[in-house]
Amino acid sequence: MAKSNKPIVWSLFAAGGTLAALLAPVLVLLFLLAALGHAPGLLSYAQLHAFAAHPLGKLFLLTVIALFLWHAAHRLRVALHDFGLRQDRIVAVIVYLVAATGTALSVLYLTRI
Amino acid sequence: MSRRPFVRPVSRTRWYFKHPRYLRYMSREVTCVFIGAFTLLLLCAVERLSEGQAAYESFLAAIGGPWSALGLSIVLIFVVHNAISWFNVTPKALPVQIGEGFLPGRFIVAAHYAVWILISLAVLFFAGVL
Repeated sequence: MAKSNKPIVWSLFAAGGTLAALLAPVLVLLFLLAALGHAPGLLSYAQLHAFAAHPLGKLFLLTVIALFLWHAAHRLRVALHDFGLRQDRIVAVIVYLVAATGTALSVLYLTRI
Repeated sequence: MSRRPFVRPVSRTRWYFKHPRYLRYMSREVTCVFIGAFTLLLLCAVERLSEGQAAYESFLAAIGGPWSALGLSIVLIFVVHNAISWFNVTPKALPVQIGEGFLPGRFIVAAHYAVWILISLAVLFFAGVL
């Protein structure tokens, strides 16, 4: 049987999509409230810092960032093909590299908190 | 030798305007741009948070204002569109078999909406909004 990396790529995409479906609207809403001048308590420095300082908070932020980025990267790859850009190999390398870099940076930043 | 086959001309870059169904498909696909952009904003927030209180508070000040609010409102519309379209196909992705038959799709969709609402309320409560 031919080996394919598709199940791994797709399961991460599906996990990211599900997490984004469940969490992204409410997270965007928190930032929208902050933009409107009604920043929720959690987005204050003291509370967010305490949240990100806790191991479970770090795990939450890392999971959200990594899976959202992977989901967006994989779907963007397919969408660019649908928009008529047919250089799939180059597109795939760029979008997955951005997702991987973002994930690595989030690990770096979270270890500094 | 066969005759030259007829190839229906299809625009590579504008095909999705041909049918509303194609346009709906593309509207779901482009939600990823907004999810990606928001995640980069989140990453930026974590970076500024790691730099200390002054850096983080200048970040909060920078995302304030009507243009940010407008941008985040557009992002909100697209992430909600992703959520609704994602939950609506869950019966296809996660069919639940009971004996010979399958659980009707509406129950699977309804369960996802219920979990979505509960998680959103929990986050709002945890964040101090409710």
